[in-house]
Amino acid sequence: MSGHSTYRPQSKFMQWLEKRLPIGGLVHSSFVAYPTPRNLNYWWTFGGILAFMLAVQIVTGIVLAMHYTPQADMAFNSVESIMRDVNYGWLIRYVHANGASMFFLAAYIHLFRGMYYGSYKEPREVLWILGVILLLLMIATGFMGYVLVWGQMSFWAATVITNLFSAIPGVGSTIVTWLWGGYAVGNPTLNRFFSLHYLLPFVIAGVVVLHIWALHVVGQNNPAGIEPKSDRDTVPFTPYATIKDTFMIVVFCIVFAWFVFYIPNYLLHPDNYIPANPAQTPPEIVPEWYYLPFYAILRSIPNKLLGVCALFASIVILAFLPWLDTSPVRSARYRPLYRQFFWLFVATAIGLGYLGSRPPEGVYVVISRILTVYYFAFFLIILPLLGIFEKTRPLPNSIADSVLGKA
Amino acid sequence: MKAKSTIRAVFVFGALAAGTAVAAAQEEPPTPPRLSWSFSGPFGKYDQAQLQRGFKVYREVCSTCHSLNLLAFRDLADPYGPGFSEAQAQQIASEYKIKDIDDKGQPIERPGRLADHFPPPFPNEAAAKATYGVAPPDMSTLAKARGYRRGFPWFIVDIFTQYQEEGPDYIAAYLQGYREPPKGFELPAGGHYNEYFPGHNTAMPPPLQDGQVAYDDGSPQTVQQYAKDIAAFLMWAAEPHLVARKRIGFQVLIYLIVLAGLLYFTKKRVWHAVEAPHESASGQAATKAGA
Repeated sequence: MSGHSTYRPQSKFMQWLEKRLPIGGLVHSSFVAYPTPRNLNYWWTFGGILAFMLAVQIVTGIVLAMHYTPQADMAFNSVESIMRDVNYGWLIRYVHANGASMFFLAAYIHLFRGMYYGSYKEPREVLWILGVILLLLMIATGFMGYVLVWGQMSFWAATVITNLFSAIPGVGSTIVTWLWGGYAVGNPTLNRFFSLHYLLPFVIAGVVVLHIWALHVVGQNNPAGIEPKSDRDTVPFTPYATIKDTFMIVVFCIVFAWFVFYIPNYLLHPDNYIPANPAQTPPEIVPEWYYLPFYAILRSIPNKLLGVCALFASIVILAFLPWLDTSPVRSARYRPLYRQFFWLFVATAIGLGYLGSRPPEGVYVVISRILTVYYFAFFLIILPLLGIFEKTRPLPNSIADSVLGKA
Repeated sequence: MKAKSTIRAVFVFGALAAGTAVAAAQEEPPTPPRLSWSFSGPFGKYDQAQLQRGFKVYREVCSTCHSLNLLAFRDLADPYGPGFSEAQAQQIASEYKIKDIDDKGQPIERPGRLADHFPPPFPNEAAAKATYGVAPPDMSTLAKARGYRRGFPWFIVDIFTQYQEEGPDYIAAYLQGYREPPKGFELPAGGHYNEYFPGHNTAMPPPLQDGQVAYDDGSPQTVQQYAKDIAAFLMWAAEPHLVARKRIGFQVLIYLIVLAGLLYFTKKRVWHAVEAPHESASGQAATKAGA
């Protein structure tokens, strides 16, 4: 798909290197000559934003790890010492803590963009599944990072989430003891979470390489949802995509900086500024905002085991999207019914997020259940049937035609 | 159009449901009054005189029971915080007794130094707990560890108005929130009724009375003023780098906005050949020829 490399090294050294390790040609074909559809809109810049955010998290995380103490009696105070005594420690820690939120924000936009334009459809199934794996890895990494602060919410979130595994019949409590490294969340738990929180970002980076590789094999989808047919339909990655991505990364950084410098504690729970206390349960245990929709699904089901199953199913079901959606048309632009159900799905996800932050009582539970039903019905009933019954609008002949208004 | 009306219906439904739910939920304490703070907003700075008064309240009242473990005496000389001179901070430190050991390993008490942290009022957690049944919380991060639920839609508005002062607002309200329990409220023995405390039953007796702490800058010596000053002091104690953070943040934002503007016009220039309608035969083919 990326075609023949037109890379011709200029310097003697690069010519010498290219014969032995063609890395210059690889970079050139992937990030310079790589043809991208000319009609990509700004929603397509979130892949670049995510790569940037991963780099930010890894760099700030490595610096934080230089000052952090993964020991139950010292962890909270070591974070506070970073905030107070390390030069610009407050900045590094706030960038990392809010960076996690920004990372998830960008990931969710990226995911919804893929859903809206049908980017998961043949031949991009593997690319999509790698994305779902990345989401799962991000969820695990973010959760373990949150525990490292060792505040009240860290400790009790760790307790609640690890306890989910106790729902597994027979071996549940054995698994939980094994996860904890003891009979309660404690120092061994903190130590292993620290180790894994340092490891998983590099696993994410590895899967990102696969994700980009898969992308460059099949090429990018685009708002029209049709494959490029000729050179008229594409533009080279550099300068076109590079300048557009760079612009949007800077715009995203404006939002990011607003949170870091002006409202750094807006997304953090006040209870996490209280040191972890195993003897005192906080009045409410709420996960970070980016887990709230899944948390609402968990709590909407009265049976613990089924609730845990629904929680995992709500994420894993995404991996089956390429086969659940039976429509031959990719882009929601040409699918009038799908478009409505899609926006209803977005509203459902946001609604579940709000309900996840509310106590599980009264009318909240009722609405959570209705939204949970829609969440799964969207994948299991609506998408398979839409492919059969929906009357799609005619597709443009080519990307160039769609851009130039000749539909 | 149809999609839009569907969405609107969903939101209306959601809002109605949420309204019903609020009425059904447990009675929440009243919202603390929103006070004006020198450190709020994008250009916020701590008021040195207020922090010095707040420190006086902490020292003469709160420190009897509440530790301030994460702060050192040197922090008092922070020019963006209370702004004591180094000599003043040294003087304050020397008035505290610090447990240490001498050259021969014998336990001693010596005067505090700038590098020392504030000594805790109780030797251990059990001793702290014995006084009022619960250990008085450490005050180092208290202003960030307290707050109240903002509720919809305020939690969205707060993003834009930068409201981050729930902690000090709550603390100031709490300190003035002691009331006679209303009829029918069963106050457990040893408890105190506080309007703003979740559940209303707080272990701490009313700590402040009018005229209790002498101010030498002419500020009113009232519970109201004490409550506000200690809340401001605790905000500084919890977030000592707030002033630097907001100052750097403004510079960063200006830089990013200018950079984004420049990049936007660069992007427009680069894409001009592709997006201009008269060059309809563009795309990969045309850009290659143009380059």
